[in-house]
Amino acid sequence: MEELKNIPKEKFEFADRSDISHDKKFDTKPIGYFKDAWLRFCKNKASVVAAVIIIVIILYALITPLCGIPEFMDTYYARMGPRNLALSSIGIADGGATNDYNERYMVYHYAVGIAAEDADGAGATWNEGLESKYQPVLHVGNVQKRGSTATYSAKIDTYLDVGFLFRDITQTEYANIRAWEDETGLSVLYPLIDTKSAYYVAPSDPNMAANYWYKMNASREPVRVVESETEGEEPEVIALSLDRLQDGRSRLEDNYLRDENGAPVYFQYTGGGTTETAQYRVRVLYYNYYVYQHGFEPQYLFGTDTQGYDLALRMARGIQLSLLVAVCVSVLNLVLGAIYGAIEGYYGGAVDLVMERIADILAGVPFIVVATLFQIHLAAQVGPIPSLLFAFVMTGWISTAARTRTQFYRFKNSEYVLAARTLGARDRRIIWKHIFPNSLGTIITSSVLVIPSVIFSESMLSFLGIVNLGGSTMTSLGTLLSDAASIWTRYPHLMIFPAVVISLLMICFNLFGNGLRDAFNPSLRGVEE
Amino acid sequence: MTKYVIKRILLMLFTFFVIMTICFMLVRILPRTLPTDKKLAAIMEARWEALGYNEPLLVQYGIYLKGIFTDWDFGTSWYVQQMESAWDVIVGRLLPTVLVNLYSFIISVPIGIGLGVVAAIKKNKWQDHTISTLVMLFVSIPVYVYAFLVQYLFCYLLGWFPLTVSSLTDAGGSWLSPTMFWSMMPAVIALSFGQIAGLTRFTRAELTETLTSDYMLLARTKGLKKSQAISRHALKNAMVPILPMIISTFISILGGSMVIEQIFSVPGVGQLYIQSINMRDYDVFMMDTIFYTLVGLLAGIVVDISYGFIDPRIRMGEK
Repeated sequence: MEELKNIPKEKFEFADRSDISHDKKFDTKPIGYFKDAWLRFCKNKASVVAAVIIIVIILYALITPLCGIPEFMDTYYARMGPRNLALSSIGIADGGATNDYNERYMVYHYAVGIAAEDADGAGATWNEGLESKYQPVLHVGNVQKRGSTATYSAKIDTYLDVGFLFRDITQTEYANIRAWEDETGLSVLYPLIDTKSAYYVAPSDPNMAANYWYKMNASREPVRVVESETEGEEPEVIALSLDRLQDGRSRLEDNYLRDENGAPVYFQYTGGGTTETAQYRVRVLYYNYYVYQHGFEPQYLFGTDTQGYDLALRMARGIQLSLLVAVCVSVLNLVLGAIYGAIEGYYGGAVDLVMERIADILAGVPFIVVATLFQIHLAAQVGPIPSLLFAFVMTGWISTAARTRTQFYRFKNSEYVLAARTLGARDRRIIWKHIFPNSLGTIITSSVLVIPSVIFSESMLSFLGIVNLGGSTMTSLGTLLSDAASIWTRYPHLMIFPAVVISLLMICFNLFGNGLRDAFNPSLRGVEE
Repeated sequence: MTKYVIKRILLMLFTFFVIMTICFMLVRILPRTLPTDKKLAAIMEARWEALGYNEPLLVQYGIYLKGIFTDWDFGTSWYVQQMESAWDVIVGRLLPTVLVNLYSFIISVPIGIGLGVVAAIKKNKWQDHTISTLVMLFVSIPVYVYAFLVQYLFCYLLGWFPLTVSSLTDAGGSWLSPTMFWSMMPAVIALSFGQIAGLTRFTRAELTETLTSDYMLLARTKGLKKSQAISRHALKNAMVPILPMIISTFISILGGSMVIEQIFSVPGVGQLYIQSINMRDYDVFMMDTIFYTLVGLLAGIVVDISYGFIDPRIRMGEK
């Protein structure tokens, strides 16, 4: 000890402090909880693709109604297949439907095209009709001959096949159409048919009545009428076969209403006094009448729905509704569930017990019963959508609450909560500022996964008809599907497009939600590699 | 354990009673409509009067409860099956629902577990990727979409099955006849897709977890073959959560699927529910509600209790 006190001076050295290392500041940026989750989410390719598809679908739903397509219903063009003039040149979306027809109906379809070329009633040949822009027969497939009857498999443009219709219009409109015809060179008004003639048989479907412009017999086969040489004798009626008509040996004889000079009649006065109110009965080519009314040719990329709305637009409306309901429900569930769960979990004990019982009872009511009761009781007062929202929220928040409760049980005894309490923080502050942000990731993820299940339940309820969401500017994908349910084997597009959209929505939201869940789960960090 | 079971059952009964009360009140305050047929309307009005439908709500509930406890009377069907007791109506609909769901249960449980086991064993190989992708698809796609697909493929294009379930008279008057079985197949197939997918996903998740546990390593070090270790150790442990799930599915068989019943016209409980709403037949609606609530609650409680039976370590709530 003594020698330590007397160390000679020369034994001392200056300390070299240059090699002491201090803690350096990191050059890299710190990665927080959310940043980390984001990075891991980006690694999950399926989820990223799903997110992109969701964005595309949302954009579709938002942009389509803004494209300027007027939202109108056209009952004559209901249940029509997809038709797009640009795409039809490559063979898709040509509005065609392939079906089997007998000879009589083949003549009927061909005749629509022939009559369309004959606006002045002077007669058109078979070949003119075939080449007409308005010829509904697109393509004739194989012909099956069985004895004397033949069955033709033909592709018919369903839009052009509507053909002619009788309409009652005012005198003013008549004049307007005539002016429009002169301007555009398209024909809308065609000669009326002599429906009182012996060679006209009214069909059971009134929409077809204006298409039988040729002379026919009682079984609606085209006929040639040969006036008898001798006076007072019945004229000879010869049925025309499709073969004879096609090779030009015979022509369809028109049955137009003509005045005493033999000129075709275009309108019949049916009532009303003044120029504005006078009613004219006319025969219009509906395709051109549509162009006259709306200013564009009928084109529906996804076809039309059962009521005659544009299916593309209806689907956009359906997606809008589904997403709106789903997001609202998800947010409301999040808020309600978080508050309820936080109180339950934080206070525990008797509060927890009572609140759990209430939640238990609510969870025990089957969702479908809740939805039905809300619809019956509330739909008339507040409308179907709010009552649907109530029903979803009524039972939906329970799972969020349960999740929040578990998180609170996990965190409420941790050291930082103790520290906060020691420093005098109030309960409210501890709940919202300290514990809640820590459990936010889990809660938010679960509320994203609520979205697909809400979309599914909503479409199921409207599919079953429990919730009625049909309307002129509103529909649901489930309603579209349930409208298609009984007739979709004949009109497959009614089913396919909504089904694909809703399936895509469900798949993508599930993938996206799962990706989010994995990304927010710190225990999975590094597991993927 | 007995104490726990009794406690759970009593709690369930309490919950059930509260739900039933609320539903009864909500259903009874709805305005009733009389049929247009004058004679029938008069009869019904007289019956309603006699049954106390015009009394105060609580008195009505008392009458309703008394009817259930003394005569097992759940009210009368006014429209769906006129003047029959609601209980008889629902019992008549039970068998088709149970049969369709039972068939699909029998199909989907072995396939679902089998696929799940394959996916777990071949984890991250192509078998797993294929199965997992398919499962993701079938879990997500709504049930009515593949109901339509099945209807289109098997019934319309191939013509193997009739489009809808045969009526009882067509099938020889028995729900168990071969014709009936055959016509139920499309509904069964459509129902199975979702169940198989759900079960596969669950089995895969549980089994992959047990396959990585330490006792599996121990089993292998002791000299067990991989197949032995999986079947004797991993599968047994993975079954702890899987079995309760299967049991609850089995109970939900009673509930059935409304959408499937609607699409394939199965004359079951789900269809009855839709009918009772559309026809505003409130007593049948109430009966159906009671039925669905009970099935749901039972499924939940059986899961909890079966956990305790299968794995003695988990006896929730037991001290």
